[in-house]
Amino acid sequence: MLLGPSLALSAVLFGIGVIGVLVRRNAIVIFMCVELMLNAVNLSFVALSQYHGVGGRVMVFFVMTVAAAEAAVGLAIMIAVFRHLESVDLKNINLLHG
Amino acid sequence: MTVVQIVFYVFAVAAVIGAIMCITQRNPIASAFWLVSVMMSLAGVFVLLQAQFIGVMQVLVYAGAIMVLFLFVIMLLNLGGETSDRRGAPSWVLAVVISGAITVSMAELASYTPDRLAHELSGSTELGADVVLLEGQQLQEAIEARGVVGAIAEPLFGSYLIPFQITGLLLLTAVVGAVVLAKRRI
Repeated sequence: MLLGPSLALSAVLFGIGVIGVLVRRNAIVIFMCVELMLNAVNLSFVALSQYHGVGGRVMVFFVMTVAAAEAAVGLAIMIAVFRHLESVDLKNINLLHG
Repeated sequence: MTVVQIVFYVFAVAAVIGAIMCITQRNPIASAFWLVSVMMSLAGVFVLLQAQFIGVMQVLVYAGAIMVLFLFVIMLLNLGGETSDRRGAPSWVLAVVISGAITVSMAELASYTPDRLAHELSGSTELGADVVLLEGQQLQEAIEARGVVGAIAEPLFGSYLIPFQITGLLLLTAVVGAVVLAKRRI
C-alpha cells in the first residue's frame, strides 16, 4: 500500500541530498547531506523488505553501522584539517589544485 | 485514504521540508537540527512500514549518536555565523539539473505496487503478489511468531553472521583510525 509513495519519498530525499553535496562548501554540511542520502536508501530498503524478505532490514543495520564508522573517521579528518587550515571550507582545501 | 496513508504523507512532507531547510540553512548548527527532524520523520515512516525496531534504531543511532557527534564537532570548531558557504547561482542550476535528472529517472518508482513487483520478478502477469513474494509473507509470519526484534535477530546471527562480524571489525578499525587522526598533528 505504501510501497510506491515510500520509494518516491526515498528518491526525492536522495535528490535533495545530491543538491546539498553539490551546492555547499562547508565540509561538515556535505557530510550531513551524505547522511541524508544514506537515510533515503535505508527507506527504500525498508519499504521493499516488506515484500522481499528480511534481508533488506538486515542491510539497513549494516548501512547504519557503516554510516556511524564513516561519521567518526570523517569528523576526525575534519578536525585534523581544521588544525592545519583553521577552516573546513572546501575552497581552502586545494592542495591538489593544478 | 486510510489513516496510515494520511500519517505517512504528514511524515513525508515533514521529511522533505526538513531536508530542503537542511541544505539551505547558512548556519551548520541549524542544518544539523533540521537533519535531526528529517531523521525523526523517517523513523515515523519506518514504524508505518511495520519496521518498528529499525525506527527505534534510527532514533537512537542516527538522531541520537551520529547527530550528537556532528553537533559536537560543529561546536568544537566554532563554525557558523561567518560568511555563507553556499556556492553561486551556476552551481545551483547545475546541481538542480543533475539531481532533477536523478529524481525524474526514479519517478516511475512512485507507481510501484506489490503486484507490479511480483510481475517483474516472475516475468509473467498472471502471478500476483501473494504467490510470488513469499519471502515477505515469511517475514510477516516471523514477526508474528517471534516479535519485531526476533524476526531480524535470527537472520542477523544466522545467515548474515559473517557480514555481521566484518561490521564489528569495521567499527574497530574506525575507532582506531579516529583516535589516531585526532590525537596528534598530521
